[in-house]
Amino acid sequence: MGHRAALRFGTPELLFSLSVALLVIVVAVPMLLIFFNAFWVDGHFNVADVIKVLQHPETYKALLNSLILSVGVTITGTIVGTFFAWLVTRTDLPFKKTMKLLFLVPFMLPAFIGALAWKMLLSPRAGYINRFFMDVLGFDGPVFNIYSYAGIILVETMYLFPFVFIQVSGALERMDPTLEESARISGADLFTITRKITIPLVMPSILSGALLIMLYSMAHFGTVAVLGVETGIYNIPTLIYEKIHQSAGSFASIRTATVLATVLVITAALILWLQNRILSKGRYQIIAGKSFRPAELKLRGLRIPLLVLCIAYIGFTIVLPTATIFMVGGLKTYGLQFTAENMTWVNYKHILFEWDLTRDAIWNSISLGLSAALITMFAGVIISYVIVKMRVRGKGILEFLGMLPFSVPGSVIALGVILAWSGKFGINLYNTVWIILIAYIARYMAFSLKANSAALEQVHDSLVEAARASGATMAQALRDIVVPLVRPGMVAAFFLIFLPALRELTVSVLLYGPTTRTIGVAIYTLNEDGETVYSAALAGIALIIIVLGEVLIKRLVSGKNSA
Amino acid sequence: MANVRIEGVGKQYAGHKVLSDLSLELNDGECFTLLGPSGCGKTVLLRLIAGFEAPDSGSISIGGEVVASAATGQNLPPDKRGLGMVFQDYAVWPHMSVFDNVAYPLKLARTESGSLRERTLQAIELVGLAGLDARLPSQLSGGQQQRVALARALVSKPRLLLLDEPLNNLDANLREEMRFEIKALQRTLGITILYVTHDQEIALGISDRIAVMDQDGALRQIGAPEEVYERPSDDFVFSFLGIANFLPVRREGEALYIGESAARWVGQLPDKTGGKHTAGFRPSDVILAREGDGLPGVIRRASFLGAQVDYLIDIAGTLVRAALPSHECLARNLLFVEGDHCRISLAGVQWFAGDVVAAGNV
Repeated sequence: MGHRAALRFGTPELLFSLSVALLVIVVAVPMLLIFFNAFWVDGHFNVADVIKVLQHPETYKALLNSLILSVGVTITGTIVGTFFAWLVTRTDLPFKKTMKLLFLVPFMLPAFIGALAWKMLLSPRAGYINRFFMDVLGFDGPVFNIYSYAGIILVETMYLFPFVFIQVSGALERMDPTLEESARISGADLFTITRKITIPLVMPSILSGALLIMLYSMAHFGTVAVLGVETGIYNIPTLIYEKIHQSAGSFASIRTATVLATVLVITAALILWLQNRILSKGRYQIIAGKSFRPAELKLRGLRIPLLVLCIAYIGFTIVLPTATIFMVGGLKTYGLQFTAENMTWVNYKHILFEWDLTRDAIWNSISLGLSAALITMFAGVIISYVIVKMRVRGKGILEFLGMLPFSVPGSVIALGVILAWSGKFGINLYNTVWIILIAYIARYMAFSLKANSAALEQVHDSLVEAARASGATMAQALRDIVVPLVRPGMVAAFFLIFLPALRELTVSVLLYGPTTRTIGVAIYTLNEDGETVYSAALAGIALIIIVLGEVLIKRLVSGKNSA
Repeated sequence: MANVRIEGVGKQYAGHKVLSDLSLELNDGECFTLLGPSGCGKTVLLRLIAGFEAPDSGSISIGGEVVASAATGQNLPPDKRGLGMVFQDYAVWPHMSVFDNVAYPLKLARTESGSLRERTLQAIELVGLAGLDARLPSQLSGGQQQRVALARALVSKPRLLLLDEPLNNLDANLREEMRFEIKALQRTLGITILYVTHDQEIALGISDRIAVMDQDGALRQIGAPEEVYERPSDDFVFSFLGIANFLPVRREGEALYIGESAARWVGQLPDKTGGKHTAGFRPSDVILAREGDGLPGVIRRASFLGAQVDYLIDIAGTLVRAALPSHECLARNLLFVEGDHCRISLAGVQWFAGDVVAAGNV
């Protein structure tokens, strides 16, 4: 190879250039435009102005709110997640396996739909629970106001605690029980062991899960948009939305938005860096390898009360909101009692078969999800192939560009895409479905790269070389050996993109036009416009689609494994 | 069936020279082994012949046809070279059954389906896997996967079979069994085999000729197994082909002494002049006695290993190893214990010029 390879422009170089070009256009340019708009004022670099923007009461308040909310959610979510994780892995709680699966259900449900349900139940005047207490039990005022910091934190906690739950239950299951047993033999009681051995060992998992909650909550749009904006509680993403959407794109508001986005990016990068450091610490190595059967704590008299607590928690956080969505979706008018004569199927029929707005939204979400998933899946295979298998100089750039959006919140991606594709560079895609597609590709590329790289790592070079030695051309070797072997990774990538895209709100809410609402946007805007009943009905349909999708992927994946 | 001619081949990676100006010729129908320590460049040479790499200099031809030449920039891709190859990690495709794995080369050659089926089953039977053709690789043992790889490499009757340490990942028994089978197959099919390994036992057992390659990718000796074993060209070849004892010997006037000591050397004399020599011999060359002529030694360690007894012996400050058949030790009262004195004579000595041990060649 040597000097000749450097000059030759063959297939590897072509694929490499195409991959870089795609990632630069879709990922790098939008990101750079955000920083450029934030720091470049009147033709020169300007930090003083950025600080001025940050000191503006409105932005300052939003930053503070983001901090208060994400810290609050992180604390409650970590406590709840760790407690339940311990309960289902280390105690003799009845139906542990089922409970464990049930605690993962909130991950499937979009938080903003949950927020919608809780608004219907606990808004100060119209919420069904508050009304029940006031009208039936004669309370003077509402028992709980969901339009508050506490309300937002509680709702986000319900949907984000699985981040900690998954990490901690995984760690507790994989932890070598001999570590605890040897402490026991040394004379420590169970309390001491838990305090001195178990908790320090799972601490990295707890922290890493907690940081994921923080990252997600910091960048979370839906819950705050549904529950906070009404009483003036804005966080960073909702203020970006406000600036872009309501202020008709004036220069000052775009600048404020880019400064906010920059803060968000830096915070997210910091959180991910911290998480990486915690996970790579040597201590974490103790938790590795096969699963053992750890000692179980006998709950004795607390067994049934704790089971009741778990069931109540699941009923309260999953069943109640979901039921509320479907019930309200079936009401003739919002606010009516749930009696048979007030219920109707007309709403569901209307949004599914008659109303263009909702039918468009469903169609948009499905077609956007499918196209984003397909494009990102195929692009991801090619890019991962270059990264994993090819000897091309500078492929580190690809890796960096591809994984970058992983740490970039959705509202930042959307903002960057607006800056890049609103006619500034000759192409105006604003208000079209294409701008959403581009944003989705940027947002989900990291998922595809992760799944496909993992699959490609498994395909050892010698498998391809064996095909070449058998008389296969490179193309035949790819077709007969590589593609069949990475297909499971591609399928995984497809669903990892399609399912989240289906319920997506944060990105599309910044990009939608009159006919390009997604399901999430339609639910959100209908609710904003006071069409609560239709909003709920559409949310119900969305839940059905999401659950069907999840079941389908589980089937597909487990079917693959057993074959 | 083909001869392979390698002429002045050089190859470097990132400025590091792996091979330089290497020439070698494989005869039609022979089993040729490239033997060398890991990292010596023998796999690189194999990959150059297969076509996975292109030489920086020199040329390679197979069966009289030039397949790679640095001068003309010619480089026939691997799929056009008509060879079979077995990889160290088997490289059996996990998503294909045994039948599909073995049939793949024939499929690519557009073999008519009746004869494809027949030849595939024949190849599967040839490697002793008859009846397992519907299995997936994950349902096979390592040895069986290795046989699949072998059948796949043989099925299209290649003119040249390249084997890259194919027995490394097998356990000792299986390795021995497969070694015999590869040899038998080569005799039946009459193909040319290039076998790359760092295991001298396999190399000696399987080859018609062996080329010994050193750390720097240079060929030290080419010859028949007994030739390289019995008449090594230098101390590297000697030490690479088995456990080697080296005893430094110095000449003072007419007399020879061991090392720096006053102990006289007794036995076969070096055929060269010069002040410093090294006597090389295998543990099995050592003949022990309780007393009599021979070099004086002290037993430092005695290990009874069943069929043989292994001794570590101090000869005037140099430690050497000796291996004696147990029955002989018993019959001749040669079961020594630590600290015993003994007399050593040698059945065969290879003389190397200079002090090999001090020069750090070993």
